Amino acid sequence: MFDYIMQYQSEIWHAIGETFMMVGISIAAALVLGLPVGTLLYLCRKGQMYENRVLFAILNILVNVVRSFPFLLLVVFLIPFTRFVVGTAIGTLAASVPLSIMAIAYYSRLVEQSLLEVPKGVIEAASSMGASTLQMIVKFLYVEARSGLMLGLTTSTISFISYSTVMGIVGGGGIGDFAIRYGYQRFETEIMIFTIIIMLILVQAIQYTGSFMARVLDKR
Amino acid sequence: MISLHQVSKTFVTSNSRFQAVDAVSLDVGAGEIHGIIGSSGAGKSTLLRMINLLERPDEGTVIVDGEDLTSMTAKHLREARRSMGMIFQSFNLVNNRTVSGNVAIPLEMAGIPKKERSERVREYLDFVGIVDKADEYPSRLSGGQQQRVAIARALVSRPKVLLCDEPTSSLDPQTTIGILDVLKHINRTFGVTVVIVTHEMNVVTSMCTTVSVMENGSLIHTFKADKGNTISSEDLSRMTATQTGVKVGETYV
Repeated sequence: MFDYIMQYQSEIWHAIGETFMMVGISIAAALVLGLPVGTLLYLCRKGQMYENRVLFAILNILVNVVRSFPFLLLVVFLIPFTRFVVGTAIGTLAASVPLSIMAIAYYSRLVEQSLLEVPKGVIEAASSMGASTLQMIVKFLYVEARSGLMLGLTTSTISFISYSTVMGIVGGGGIGDFAIRYGYQRFETEIMIFTIIIMLILVQAIQYTGSFMARVLDKR
Repeated sequence: MISLHQVSKTFVTSNSRFQAVDAVSLDVGAGEIHGIIGSSGAGKSTLLRMINLLERPDEGTVIVDGEDLTSMTAKHLREARRSMGMIFQSFNLVNNRTVSGNVAIPLEMAGIPKKERSERVREYLDFVGIVDKADEYPSRLSGGQQQRVAIARALVSRPKVLLCDEPTSSLDPQTTIGILDVLKHINRTFGVTVVIVTHEMNVVTSMCTTVSVMENGSLIHTFKADKGNTISSEDLSRMTATQTGVKVGETYV
């Protein structure tokens, strides 16, 4: 049976590469844009430093809208945007666009939640020391919330992998697409099971690593 | 050094108003240790927090070291706050940074180079008697040790004023004495003006040179001890007895 699977070796590696690319881009988007959006959500919230109802409402609704879309419909809905950003709506890079949009919304919410757990007293201490907004965020908020931010990123990454599995619809490929096309549609059950095992190991490894890092980071 | 003029603060929620501080004026001279006592909800913490504008008064002016904080821009206010240290009942350390990491924060924010930073951090950790814990994380320390770290953090930027919000209220009596000794030592060594909010009478009698009594948002007494002395328990009980009937030595709650 193993020999049988091995004949697809290069396709499997290729699919894993596509998954890594889509998820990698999504993680980058989550960090580069989701983290600031989540921070802004936190800062603009009622009772926080920069309470701003309008900005909060806009961000809050945007994040909720993206997250409430059935993901496949979000992919389809974003096709014109994707075409505008990367020039095509088909392929792995194109598939990374809707995935990144979801990633930003998803992670920003988790960032907001982690930051809300930072004790108010620490923020007060920071203000009393004359911290600027940026210093407050970098030297206090992110430092105290870092293990939550790490756990949130772990949860997000696993969700992104799950979302990435349906990207066959726009030719994004990836391990999930491979499992569907070879395993399911061609009735090669062994292939399907094999790819599911790969995903399982991948997710376990990510969760284990993320939890471990969060534990190391947490000195509270 | 500190001059509050007719400051008021009302907290408004959707269904209630609470006047925490009602037209209070207070002057604290340079080098004094000023105690603010009163029962819970009397407005003493709010009054203290108005000195560095953590609580912005609705009315009135706050003048510290000749500068009007209430009319400053946000940027200017941040700079002014760097010459005022503050410590809290719950210590409020950054628990994910080591002891020396915590003390270094104000210096990092002021852009002081690394080498000088570590020297200053050591100097102040030594001063509060906790230099051997420099590389520990706060969660490994006792309450008294954590408060010492907080004191070092508040002092490292060499402030002229140290604001203390119930700094010993979560500590046992023995530890309290240790912390009060450190605060007295700071006052004598650096000439830092100390304002301390407390509900413990012995805090006042063991270190304060002047004291204010608050009740229902108003300042009902201010008293200055004879030169070189701290407030005596007789004076203190005379001032507080009229409202509460508690005796010195008891906790004033």
